[in-house]
Amino acid sequence: MKHLIDNINKSFESRVRLGVMSSLMVNESIDFLTLKTLLDVTDGNLASHISALEAEGFLIVKKEFVGKKTKTSYTATKFGKQAFMNHLKALEQLIKSQK
Amino acid sequence: MNEKEQSLQQLRDIKMMMERSSRFISLSGLSGVFAGIFALIGAAVFYMYLNTQMASGYLSIAESLPAEVSIDYLTFGILDAAVILLLSIGFGIYFTTRKAKRDGLTIWDRNVGHLLIHLSIPLIAGGLFCLILLSYGLFGLVAPCTLLFYGLALLNASKYTLDEIKWLGISEIVLGLVGCIYIGYGMTFWCIGFGVLHIVYGAFMYFRYEHKQH
Repeated sequence: MKHLIDNINKSFESRVRLGVMSSLMVNESIDFLTLKTLLDVTDGNLASHISALEAEGFLIVKKEFVGKKTKTSYTATKFGKQAFMNHLKALEQLIKSQK
Repeated sequence: MNEKEQSLQQLRDIKMMMERSSRFISLSGLSGVFAGIFALIGAAVFYMYLNTQMASGYLSIAESLPAEVSIDYLTFGILDAAVILLLSIGFGIYFTTRKAKRDGLTIWDRNVGHLLIHLSIPLIAGGLFCLILLSYGLFGLVAPCTLLFYGLALLNASKYTLDEIKWLGISEIVLGLVGCIYIGYGMTFWCIGFGVLHIVYGAFMYFRYEHKQH
């Protein structure tokens, strides 16, 4: 049993991180504001989770100027997508093993 | 909550986030029901108009419309269709906004943009094509062609909204093609496609996704 739980990625334990990665799996890139409304979280909360995911190398941050404002958007890295898929597989295994 | 339930809950969350972020899911079934009702009322109004024209000897035989159908008749038909369209869109926006508010979602996100673009390209092409048909006097093909292009538009847009819409699209395409074979029954096919199918589909979606929740 132990090894199954090991595969459950600690980085995806939080609902916010899981939400960010889920959205990035099906969208090429998403900006901060869209993610914020989608997940219904505060700026600070979202920012801290995003930087944690960035530190893991799961996503890359892109900043561009739209007029005078900066627009920050995020894209999942190959590594991040792979980690997410592994997490899904681990969840599947866990459910199967407990049937 | 045991581990299995936790994992299932996580998977449900993932599925929901993927859908919310890539599709427009606030489309209300009630908009379909109302669009269907308006279509049937509009068709009835048009039918009554035809009958009064026939009674006054203005139109000879409704089934085989002569090529020199009067401009009045065309204008009335187009106006009638425009009113149906506007009412359907209006009520569609109303019910969809209401549903989005209840679900705590924003309505005008970029998924709506994707949805509208993919819906409108086949629709505009179809609309222009139908105008061309009218200009050639091919009146019998207009009703089935509106169904055909509407079905293609729905099928095209289904990637950006609730998946079930593609079945409505396919039904409209089939109905449109069959309607092209049985020219002369255009009104009947049009009523089934825009009236009955919308009501059936809308009611199905309403009871499947909305009724239970509220």
